[in-house]
Amino acid sequence: MTRMDSVMTPQGADSARAITKLVVMAVGGQGGGVLTGWIEAVARAAGRAVQATSVAGVAQRTGATIYYIEIAPEGVAAPVFSLAPAAGDVDILIAAELMEAGRAIQRGFVTPDRTVLIASEHRALAVSEKMVPGNGIARAEEVMAAAGIAAQRFLSADMEQLAVDKGSVISASLFGALAGSGALPFPREAFEAAIRASGKGVEASLAAFAAGFDAVQGAVYVPQAKAPKRAPEVTGPASALIDWALLMDRVKALPKPAGDIACAGLQKVVAFQDCAYGTAYLDHLERIAAMDDPARDHVLTREAAKHIANAMAYDDVIRVAERKTRAARRGRIDAEMGRSSGQGMQVTEFLHPRADEIASMLPAGLGAKVQASEAWMARLDRWFNRGRRIRSDRVSGFLQLYLLAGLRGYRRRTLRHAQEQAHLAAWLVRVTQARQADYDLAVELLRCRRLIKGYSDTHARGLSKFDRVMAGAGMVAGRADAADWVRRLREAALQDEEGKALEGALRTVRSFAE
Amino acid sequence: MAERSFKREVQDLKLGAGETFTGEGILAITKALLESGVGYVGGYQGAPISHLMDVLADAQDLLGELGVRYEANASEAAAAAMLAASVHYPIRGAVTFKGAVGVNVASDALANLASSGVTGGALVIVGEDYGEGSSIMQERSHAFAMKSQFWLLDPRPNLPSIVQAVKQGFELSEASNTPVMLMVRIRSCHVTGQFACSENQRPPLSVREALSEPRRDFARVVLPPMSYQHERDKVENRWPAAERFITERGLNEVFGPDTAPVGLVVQGGMYNGVIRALQRLGLADIEGRSAIPLYVLNVTYPLVKDEFLAFAKGKEALLVVEEGQPEFIEQGLAAMLHRAGSPVRLFGKGLFPMAGEYTGQIMRDGIAGFLKEAAPQLLPGQVIAPNAPPPEMPDLSQTVPIRPPGFCTGCPERPIFAAMKLVEQELGKHQITGDIGCHLFAALPPFEIGGSTMGYGLGPASNAAFDGGGARRAVSFIGDGGFWHNGLSSSIGNMVFNRSDSVAIVVDNFYSAATGGQDVLSSRAKNPSKATGNPISKALEGVGVKWVRQIDRTYDVGHMRDTIREALTSDYDGPKLIVASSECMLNRQRREKPLRTQAIRDGRRVEAPRFGVDADICTGDHACIRLSGCPSLSLKVLDDPLRDDPVASIDQTCVGCGNCGEVADAAVLCPSFYRADLVHNPGRWERLLAGWRSRIITWLQARRARRALDFGEAS
Repeated sequence: MTRMDSVMTPQGADSARAITKLVVMAVGGQGGGVLTGWIEAVARAAGRAVQATSVAGVAQRTGATIYYIEIAPEGVAAPVFSLAPAAGDVDILIAAELMEAGRAIQRGFVTPDRTVLIASEHRALAVSEKMVPGNGIARAEEVMAAAGIAAQRFLSADMEQLAVDKGSVISASLFGALAGSGALPFPREAFEAAIRASGKGVEASLAAFAAGFDAVQGAVYVPQAKAPKRAPEVTGPASALIDWALLMDRVKALPKPAGDIACAGLQKVVAFQDCAYGTAYLDHLERIAAMDDPARDHVLTREAAKHIANAMAYDDVIRVAERKTRAARRGRIDAEMGRSSGQGMQVTEFLHPRADEIASMLPAGLGAKVQASEAWMARLDRWFNRGRRIRSDRVSGFLQLYLLAGLRGYRRRTLRHAQEQAHLAAWLVRVTQARQADYDLAVELLRCRRLIKGYSDTHARGLSKFDRVMAGAGMVAGRADAADWVRRLREAALQDEEGKALEGALRTVRSFAE
Repeated sequence: MAERSFKREVQDLKLGAGETFTGEGILAITKALLESGVGYVGGYQGAPISHLMDVLADAQDLLGELGVRYEANASEAAAAAMLAASVHYPIRGAVTFKGAVGVNVASDALANLASSGVTGGALVIVGEDYGEGSSIMQERSHAFAMKSQFWLLDPRPNLPSIVQAVKQGFELSEASNTPVMLMVRIRSCHVTGQFACSENQRPPLSVREALSEPRRDFARVVLPPMSYQHERDKVENRWPAAERFITERGLNEVFGPDTAPVGLVVQGGMYNGVIRALQRLGLADIEGRSAIPLYVLNVTYPLVKDEFLAFAKGKEALLVVEEGQPEFIEQGLAAMLHRAGSPVRLFGKGLFPMAGEYTGQIMRDGIAGFLKEAAPQLLPGQVIAPNAPPPEMPDLSQTVPIRPPGFCTGCPERPIFAAMKLVEQELGKHQITGDIGCHLFAALPPFEIGGSTMGYGLGPASNAAFDGGGARRAVSFIGDGGFWHNGLSSSIGNMVFNRSDSVAIVVDNFYSAATGGQDVLSSRAKNPSKATGNPISKALEGVGVKWVRQIDRTYDVGHMRDTIREALTSDYDGPKLIVASSECMLNRQRREKPLRTQAIRDGRRVEAPRFGVDADICTGDHACIRLSGCPSLSLKVLDDPLRDDPVASIDQTCVGCGNCGEVADAAVLCPSFYRADLVHNPGRWERLLAGWRSRIITWLQARRARRALDFGEAS
């Protein structure tokens, strides 16, 4: 064995405290390696002993990744560095995504005695958040609050947006934020020199660097105040405008807390069909409002305003065609895709009509007969059931959609309309009945409308979930906790596609209700 | 061509004596090989040593100049077998692969190599894939060294130590006629640092020169009676020779004071973690000078009894810092102490956890626990009796979602599994096995397809029990990497031989994609030093598969689905093979993006496709995401009081692969997707035509706007 000359006497204090320990937590593909390389280069150029490590591997494929850097204090030439960060022993933590900041806190890498936490506020949603049929997005405010407690200093901004705005990537804006934080004892020029030396996309990187630098220099990040919502600018034929004004007068007469949402609902319904349809909407709504309880802040009316509008403005072929042919759409697509005036734009729509959609567009009587006939449905499928790609930037493709959208006047005679009207009526009867005994139950029944969404099979599954929850509501009606149970059933239904959670919740309900 | 290029870094491999190398661990290893006069190198890619293979591939010119042969081996077994060149010839050879799985695959060849013994130094560089970031089962490669009697180096994780270990490894191998395994852990492979270079050495005898004078020595052939001789030779000659070399050359190191009541016995790879723990306890200074003696095992097998007992002498207690299980070293040392009748108390597992990585906290707690027990006088007061409890942290365990790796944006494998999921929705659940490779991500949400991984190229083989058929046919997946590694013979050949009535889907993305995009036999790219372009479907026909469907665009989900359905419902009762081929999107983008940018700059017409979602048509049911999981297909919360659920939204990282549109179509999801092709530098005629179209469309829109109420974009 080799005898190494290295003895010391116990000091009683952490001798590695003087080493700056920096962790980068990122999502695979965000350029954490580039950022790490830059930081290392800055320290090395300043004559510091430095070491970087990373855990590569399959995590690089969109998984959570971690990089670790240690920088020795001036004058220490041959320190012994650690290859991995330890909980409670991190000076600077850079999180390239908000939940990764949360993960860092969870792992103990952010502590109030010393850690400067630099985090991007943007979210890259995990698959588990995106795939639930309802809203599965993790609560960002919890991480923001925890960061405030856990970190000695917490600096954050939407680093992703800052970088994208400059045509660069997040590693550059985070590098700027690190420089701007002053957590490392190197001047701004030293950081910029590292970017220049890397030689790739230097100008854009420097711009994003500056944006990140400024974002944390300002100490407090002021989010851009949202422009106050303007009343919609309504255009159209004079007679319709008069009708619209009359409808708006009726909205104003509704209980105040429901006013805004009723206005939005009315607009949706009128845009879907016409002012007469808006009248029908307000008729429904006023009936509900009459049953409402001012002591409850008109929750019933508010929920009704929202869900009746959604029920009445159902997603049929005519609506889809109408939305796809609106003048404002093209501008929105151009902006989203970053089209400049010299560039062309081709837009392809993906439509797949089936026999069901065709039958539902037939006049109600005929449609019902066709839908009942297997032979006819098979025939319709043979004729129509095919994926269609329509180039809506071409006149021929546009015209197909335009003509479909023009069927709006005929819509009220379709089978789909009849079905939707019947469904709406039955649902509102249930709500009305429930209201007599149980205000909260009526509110919850209104909210169940949220379950119906999507097209074709997804829509059918939503309808079936709605029916099952309504059946469950029937079982618990009369109990003091009926509303709570309906809420639970609805939330279960939104958890997974197949309705496994709902089935479980229903089993529980059956166990005590039967 | 691999995902990461080391073309610039390999220039540093030419540095000479007196110059300083700055860079990553794997490059340092490569440089050390060249300085050692290595005659041939090879291996099989896999984290954490994938980049070592990439470096070697990128350094081929330099290797050629030095007369070093580079071989991209077919598998780890093939790589280990290549070391046969060092059995009869005095040529140094090195191969690299990942542990423990690569060592598993290589074990047959390694055992034969170890039995034969070597003349030239034979080095196996193993990237031990253990702990955080690992993608495999948690095992140790250590056991292989013990059972086959080859030596295991585990150097301290800094560049000078690793470089020295490479050189010492060759010498040890030659001194004891035994192959040597050099273990580097995940972080050591990627650790950065500096070391002083020496000149590169040409091999004294190159493999090319060796061919002019072939040698053979029957004594090195693993056949009776020689195999019995080999076992005795290992025990009687090679092992003592190794111990002598290790002792005389001082491969293991001792740090700290000569006399102390306690000491630590440390695997070389654990050294930095141990020092950090001591630093935090105030028992080592910033440069690693320690108040407690450390016996650092840069050679973890064999353990040298005399050396260890000398270190133990006079101490009351020792702590063994040995990561992973079983605790082979601790057991070995305990036996040595016991046989020597030593009173020294041995600590190890118990203070340290049996399973799992030794993180900073575990290391600190383990060592502090040992000192509390054996030498409390050395510990600072606040460790023995902490005066303040650690601060209470907010609990985020219910908030922060897990983020396992998944398919990249635009991955061509996504539509294959979307199609499989659609088929299962139609025909019911099937028995499905996976293999090793990117496609294994299908086991995770949103697809949740495939329930086992038995080894590289063994996907179809792991369905063998179900190959007799039943109510629904068994399905297996295998990647192109696994196919060529082992799959063609072990999996496919035997499906033919056993008349298996099942379905296997070969996911062909033109590269060994999961390990970093290395070329394989069936890659379509032109590779200057390798023969690519050998189609998988031809190989299938060659081994006698009669039912083969070749799909050349996996993004056609409808076609993909119909083909899988056909395979599952066909009357044919033999093996049914689907080859689903589309290029790995990471590699494709890397290849095409610069070309596209150049074309746009040159003023040529370029269509850049991207997908979008009409937020007002999307209902927020997320059915599309459950058939995709694409990173660029995410959610957006609308500023609309009427909507409860966030809607689908596609960000600017979309590469326009087409999966969204195809899935919406094949699964009849919804009409909210559209594809927008941004046309750079459109021609004059095209611009004119677009102008006319736009005028007609605008006129039609205005006509309708006059007849009905319009609320602008707000509604």
